[in-house]
Amino acid sequence: MAEVTKGGQQATVAPAIELRGISKAFGPVQANKDISISVQPGTIHGIIGENGAGKSTLMSILYGFYKADEGQIFIHGKETQIPDSQAAIAAGIGMVFQHFKLVENFSVLENVILGVEDGAMLKPSLAKARKSLKSLAEEYELHVDPDMLIEDLGVGVQQRVEILKALYREADILILDEPTGVLTPAEADHLFRILNGLRDQGKTIILITHKLREIMEITDTVSVMRRGEMTATVKTKDTNPEHLAELMVGRKVLLRVDKVPAKPGKKVLEVENLRMVDDHGVERLKGISLNVRAGEILGIAGVSGNGQSQLLEVLGGYAKATGEIRVNDEPIDLTGKYSDGRSRRRRGIAHVPEDRQEHGLIMDFPAWQNVVFGYHHAPEYQKNKLLMDNAKILEVAQDKMDRFDVRPPNPLLEAKSFSGGNQQKIVVAREIERNPDLLLVGQPTRGVDIGAIEFIHKQIIALRDEGKAVLLVSVELEEILSLSDRIAVMFDGHIMGERLPDQTDERELGLMMAGVTQEGDAA
Amino acid sequence: MDFLTIIQIADSALRLATPLLLACLAGLFSERAGIFDIGLEGKILASAFFSAAVAAATGSVWLGLLAGVASSIAFSGVHGLASITFQGNQLISGVALNFFASGITILIGTAWFGLGGRTPSLSGGQRFSPVELPFANAVADVPILGPIYSDLLSGHTILVYVALLMVPLSWFVLYRTRFGLRLRAVGENPAAVDTAGVSVIRLRYAAMLIAGTLCGLAGVYLATGLAAGFVKEMSAGRGYIALAALIFARWRPWHALYATLLFGLLEAIANRYQNIDLGTFVIPVQFMQALPYILTVIILAGFGGTAVAPKAGGQPYVKER
Repeated sequence: MAEVTKGGQQATVAPAIELRGISKAFGPVQANKDISISVQPGTIHGIIGENGAGKSTLMSILYGFYKADEGQIFIHGKETQIPDSQAAIAAGIGMVFQHFKLVENFSVLENVILGVEDGAMLKPSLAKARKSLKSLAEEYELHVDPDMLIEDLGVGVQQRVEILKALYREADILILDEPTGVLTPAEADHLFRILNGLRDQGKTIILITHKLREIMEITDTVSVMRRGEMTATVKTKDTNPEHLAELMVGRKVLLRVDKVPAKPGKKVLEVENLRMVDDHGVERLKGISLNVRAGEILGIAGVSGNGQSQLLEVLGGYAKATGEIRVNDEPIDLTGKYSDGRSRRRRGIAHVPEDRQEHGLIMDFPAWQNVVFGYHHAPEYQKNKLLMDNAKILEVAQDKMDRFDVRPPNPLLEAKSFSGGNQQKIVVAREIERNPDLLLVGQPTRGVDIGAIEFIHKQIIALRDEGKAVLLVSVELEEILSLSDRIAVMFDGHIMGERLPDQTDERELGLMMAGVTQEGDAA
Repeated sequence: MDFLTIIQIADSALRLATPLLLACLAGLFSERAGIFDIGLEGKILASAFFSAAVAAATGSVWLGLLAGVASSIAFSGVHGLASITFQGNQLISGVALNFFASGITILIGTAWFGLGGRTPSLSGGQRFSPVELPFANAVADVPILGPIYSDLLSGHTILVYVALLMVPLSWFVLYRTRFGLRLRAVGENPAAVDTAGVSVIRLRYAAMLIAGTLCGLAGVYLATGLAAGFVKEMSAGRGYIALAALIFARWRPWHALYATLLFGLLEAIANRYQNIDLGTFVIPVQFMQALPYILTVIILAGFGGTAVAPKAGGQPYVKER
């Protein structure tokens, strides 16, 4: 059992950051409740918690985005007021946000100097930054071409630009908010090497994440947040993932997905030589062939942007393509009149889209309407030829929300007022409940908290055990490995190869995701 | 068509392009900072009225200029208040200002001068007079270059030269100074500016101030340079044409000059030729007069190629949680 100390350890050196009794409320919602934490200089300190636990609010207070209602902030032992970002920068705090704060059509150099230019003219500032970036690159493995435009850089490199921005501002405390969400395993490893290097140079790093693996891998100490409160601070070497998960959720959580071996039946989905060109004339799918059998989950792994989204769009009926797709041995229309989402649903294809806010829900509409969208033509929802049976729909919605544990279970609330996990439960409830032959699932647990992840994973497994086919697209390798019965890796619009989950590992998949051809696979 | 005619048309095009250019640059500063400025039209109109009215009342075109620019800045300030401070809808605010300008100029004009919304005709010191560039007369007889210098370039009012000078100046400010970097950044990703510790609000108000000033000059030129006094609705869609030119120019200063010159040229040709006889058929003057507007519609409908607008344009900046 790990030793749990509330509020951090006593130390002889002044902590790099010390927060005492920080509270912050947004209206009736208490985002942070009496939070105290102390971070030693030269360490990597993890902050872990579910979505909505108050991690980001706490860091926003530290970076001057919000003013705390109560409490004090000490930087290197000195009480410091942080009314705005300027003050945070002056106090030596740098922040790498989950969504990068970069100007896309500016060069790396321009982004780095923005806000800390040395005078009214740009030229001297740019020259100085160019020199400075060179030495930072050598010191910390942070190589970036200073003249590239941000929009031409991959997300991993963009993140390096964010770190460079902080270092250029001479930050000695670096806060990273969910930094690995968009990275490949190799990029994440690179990031961790950079962070270790920064720690060795005496920088203090705060890493906010919901991924237990990262906490265990890189942090020295870890604080756990739950519902706005700091529930524990422990030394990482004294704890384990199960214990941390329990602290986060407040109950025992199953981290491994429990499932019986698959009993694959006949082929439900067959895709042959699928090609798709997007609006910009770029070929996004370059001859995809795959199949999914009844009672099996096919996981598609890949770094986002390698055609997985387009594959889902084509299958789901909102993008046109060439090639052949058969469902239950019958071809489906790829370009004509019946190539729309409604026709796909009639053919027994249900779709949990990748971006639930954009494609899965109408955020301003109440939950009860969202629960039937796409299926609202169904005869049981009609009162007569003209009118819908709203009372019936409301009743169905209430029932589904109860059974899928959507919280709060109020069908009259607008979709946008639910948390990410509960929004996803609404979408999953809608799609699964119509008993589809084939379920398309994109990023089922993106932005979803641990408790809800467990629930959604169970639903997907249950559907497969009923003998349905599931096509799962996820950028989370852990999710792919634990759910899938077969794994296909996509890179640059191709399928790089297929693997069985118990005969591969993250390293091999990571290489395939990066486009490295494996023995025995056709490129 | 002889050389002299070409010079005359070009000269007229330059004069007609000037208010468009000033308004276009005003829109450029505003939209580069992320504030849509459909209210250019109203600002031109208000400035044209107040400059003409004050010039008529005081006899000084310079006081008129101050009044015109001040009115345009006041409009800009209201637009800023609505769209920056109160995070309102920028299109609605702009349209409202256009309506307001259209009504208030006629109302005050009628009450003040009793001429049905017009101001008295301006003359003498109430107008900007042409500036003769040095040696304009001396070189007038040099073939080709002489007329270009003395007839085309020389002999405009000071505001024409100010407008032309604004092009390189705008370019320099936008691309070579700290202010320009931040201004462009705030129109693309205000969150990046905010997290860098720079005030989004202050930058956007600064852009409003510049836009108000430049647009004010456009109105002043219209009433006291191009024309001799204010008549109601004299802006005649120039604010919208300037917006079209801005999109055509992809929000770049030099291209704004070329785009507005093109619009000026079309207007000049329409003014010069009544019916253009092409032998087999005659292009009626109405078509020529409609050309700038037709071009505007075509450009605004997106036939001017895919224009990439500043990304944060039209969205109020709200700090996210």
